[in-house]
Amino acid sequence: MTTHIEVRRGSYHDSVTLLQVSQDVAAVDGVDDAIVAMATELNLAVLADLGFDRVDLGDATPNDMIIALRTADDEALRSALGAMERSLSASSRSTSGGDFQAPPPRTVGVAARSTDTNLAMISVPGEYAFVEAMDALRAGLHVMLFSDNVPVEQEVALKREGARRGLLVMGPDCGTAIVGNVGLGFANVVRPGPVGMVAASGTGAQQVCCLLDEADVGLRHVLGVGGRDLSAEVGAASTLQALAALDADPATELIVIVSKPPDPEVADRVRNAARQCDTPVLLGFVGRDQLDLTAVADAAAERVDHPITNHRRWDPSVIPSPAVGELRGLFSGGTLCDEAMVIASAALGPVRSNIPLEPDWALDGDDADGHVMIDYGEDTMTRGRPHPMIDHSLRLNSLRREAQRPGSHVVLLDVVLGHGADADPAGALAPAVAGARRVAADRGDRLAVVVSLCGTRDDPQDRDRQAAALADAGATVHLSNAGAARDAVRLVSGDNR
Amino acid sequence: MSDERGPLSALLSDEPRVVTAGVGLFADALAAQGITPVRTDWRPPAGAGDALDRIARDERVTDANATAVGRLQSARPHLVDVRLARDAIDGFEDGMLLHAGPPIEWADASGPLRGAIMGALLYEGWADEPEAAGAMVERGDVHLAPCHEHGAVGPMAGVVSPSMPVYVLHDAEHDVTAFCTQNEGLGKVLRYGAFGRQVIDRLHWMDRTLAPLTRTALRSHGPIDVRSLIVQALQMGDEGHNRNRAGSSLFVREIAGELVEVEAAARDIADVLRFINGNDHFFLNLVMPAAKVAADAARDIPGSTMVVAMARNGTEFGIQCSGTGDRWFTGPAGVPDGLFLSGYGPDDANPDIGDSTITETAGFGGFAMAAAPAIVRFVGGEVGDALRYTMSMYEITLAEHAAYQIPILGFRGTPVGIDATRVVRAGIVPAVNTGIAGREPGTGQVGAGLVEPPMGCFVAAARALADQVVMP
Repeated sequence: MTTHIEVRRGSYHDSVTLLQVSQDVAAVDGVDDAIVAMATELNLAVLADLGFDRVDLGDATPNDMIIALRTADDEALRSALGAMERSLSASSRSTSGGDFQAPPPRTVGVAARSTDTNLAMISVPGEYAFVEAMDALRAGLHVMLFSDNVPVEQEVALKREGARRGLLVMGPDCGTAIVGNVGLGFANVVRPGPVGMVAASGTGAQQVCCLLDEADVGLRHVLGVGGRDLSAEVGAASTLQALAALDADPATELIVIVSKPPDPEVADRVRNAARQCDTPVLLGFVGRDQLDLTAVADAAAERVDHPITNHRRWDPSVIPSPAVGELRGLFSGGTLCDEAMVIASAALGPVRSNIPLEPDWALDGDDADGHVMIDYGEDTMTRGRPHPMIDHSLRLNSLRREAQRPGSHVVLLDVVLGHGADADPAGALAPAVAGARRVAADRGDRLAVVVSLCGTRDDPQDRDRQAAALADAGATVHLSNAGAARDAVRLVSGDNR
Repeated sequence: MSDERGPLSALLSDEPRVVTAGVGLFADALAAQGITPVRTDWRPPAGAGDALDRIARDERVTDANATAVGRLQSARPHLVDVRLARDAIDGFEDGMLLHAGPPIEWADASGPLRGAIMGALLYEGWADEPEAAGAMVERGDVHLAPCHEHGAVGPMAGVVSPSMPVYVLHDAEHDVTAFCTQNEGLGKVLRYGAFGRQVIDRLHWMDRTLAPLTRTALRSHGPIDVRSLIVQALQMGDEGHNRNRAGSSLFVREIAGELVEVEAAARDIADVLRFINGNDHFFLNLVMPAAKVAADAARDIPGSTMVVAMARNGTEFGIQCSGTGDRWFTGPAGVPDGLFLSGYGPDDANPDIGDSTITETAGFGGFAMAAAPAIVRFVGGEVGDALRYTMSMYEITLAEHAAYQIPILGFRGTPVGIDATRVVRAGIVPAVNTGIAGREPGTGQVGAGLVEPPMGCFVAAARALADQVVMP
């Protein structure tokens, strides 16, 4: 047993440091008791309790440091003193605040409070989206709400709050917006120009953007409003706000509103508002017995004196023969799927779908006889899974399944490019298209593939390379979704033209 | 266009400045366009998602919280008197003892609370033996009530008996009064559950010497603005909860002249000065009631989700919110993580105890850790950790304190006004500094460190707030 008592005069360390040092020393093998402390009354009493003799300390004061150790032997004492010196010097080593990084904010409201921002882009799971979006509005931010699966009453509440604060709520379920040449969500790279768009459909807006851009017609802003904005419940709250804002914007020369057919009363309200505008407004209500998106783009281009004569397409080296059989649509864009179904059903009759045009065309599972089109971007298909514009795995599976199905068929696919979308969709889809066609051909059947390619020349994926890769795989590629749908209908009907 | 363009016109004539929450890909896509977004580290709430939805619908909340946090900051607590608890505190009946934290029965009380109750009975002369305490409380001879329900706060066990002197703090702005006993020092003390002879003797010295002298000195000095002392202490390395060295010194400077002039034996005056000088926590018992005054000024604002009390009784951690009155929301008290005094270790630690979390409630203590980097060494942290503790508290608070500032953060106001809904949303619980009491009654202090409040009490508060939402 070795006892060591030492007083270091004028050696001040704060009590927290010395507690740490004491613990470090006590952890050394062979140390029974270890106190490294300032010589305060309290600490001296503790020493006495532990049986250290007060006499050894002389006239130590609270400004002196005492070191009291009881160890198994001299060697343990040396280790203990070494550990103490290391611990003391470590405690005073500079740990500057310079390497400190503030943790990122966790909620939108807090982020807004400490930064100069004006727009929140929210894509959290739908069940949590309302709180975050409301927080953003109350912090004075406009909101682009990508999240889907948000109940309509929450949408109404958000838009009421937004209107009260003069803030725009884009969404929920808003896939696309372009604000001041900045694409939010899934957005194509378009040139700046005179057309402002209000869109209740993400892929609808993207389709019109791409067709206009190809005709050298630029976009000023594309303000998404969410697919339900023109419903009776929501009452076009965001559409009317966006319309007024674009009307007030001197650089916007033409306003295009793209939506599925609205609730009739809401449609009247929008028409009235459009009439009040100083800026010309083109109402692009798309759907059955309505315009298609390509017709909306054509009309818009016409209005700004850039008429479109024909829409870009890329043909494979071998022109595909008709493949009389069933038509399969595998879509990532809801509006594109909807538009293709309208065109196909007009010519072919019922088209079964998970977003059916008629209630009794609803699909049970994803396999059925007859013509079928599936929207893989629909709410229930994206729960807990990336959007099909990012992740092609579901559609690749379907493509393989189509190839296995006996008989000749036509497959219609959309490929959406732009910010947010997969960096190289053709890299995954082109080999699958070629493979599927080969499987059918080996069997003696024909599989015709038509692609609706929604992209611009300036999109990060290099649209023309994407188109070429798909055409090389044997697909016919159209920039116009309506054009692609008509081509698919022609092929499946056995029309050689 | 007119100059008074609305926010939407402003958006459309500028480049957007974006905050993102959710899918990182969209933030990446913005960065690729040269628009560097502010990325949040968003995560699902810790619970009660439906309650958060309902609260978000309530249009009163924003204004109610602004009012609450405004009142919390505008309170100017002054030390106005030192009196006996039985005279100062309304409804302090004979046979009653106040304690820290939410309400508790003897059967559930932990060692240090039991020890402090025993000590208080001995001190009052209601019992001759500590062992008598349990039976007396269970028979109803002695009645327990939370300090918080009587305008008081108590550190650690927080036991207040009628003969103990208390500081009286008053805020004229909101006409709120709060009380707290005088600090006994460190080591074996009643608040840590010790009840030996020396503990009781010291308490008697306090009521016979310390209290009368400070009372007389104070009355001749006039009210002391405790908030302004806290402001200075935060700029001198204190955070006001686990470190009150600067504040204690400032208090002595303030009162020393009047103390020396008190007509008393020079030995007594010197004892008082030495006692204060030897106790770095002397000021704690002044900052706590100052914080209590501020928090009580913010009570009972309908719709407010702001926390107005956090307190532990050694068994449960409880909170109260401005919009839910006197209701407690509780969860199990955690065991602090920290450094232990020689001879003690984690096994000796009692679960978290004390009303001192009123300091964090009022925007300092753990929330001002960046002002007192020395404190993080309690848990082996570094200076950067102190900054991180404070910075992460901005995430769960409503404002930056107008008076309490942190030099190293460019004199930024401390994070103040805990929003229970933000705690749940961010999944961040308040950072709490604390002393550690020994588990066994009679032990006293065994260490000091940090502790995490249970998330469950914030989730429960969110549910209760949701139940009284006013829908538009």
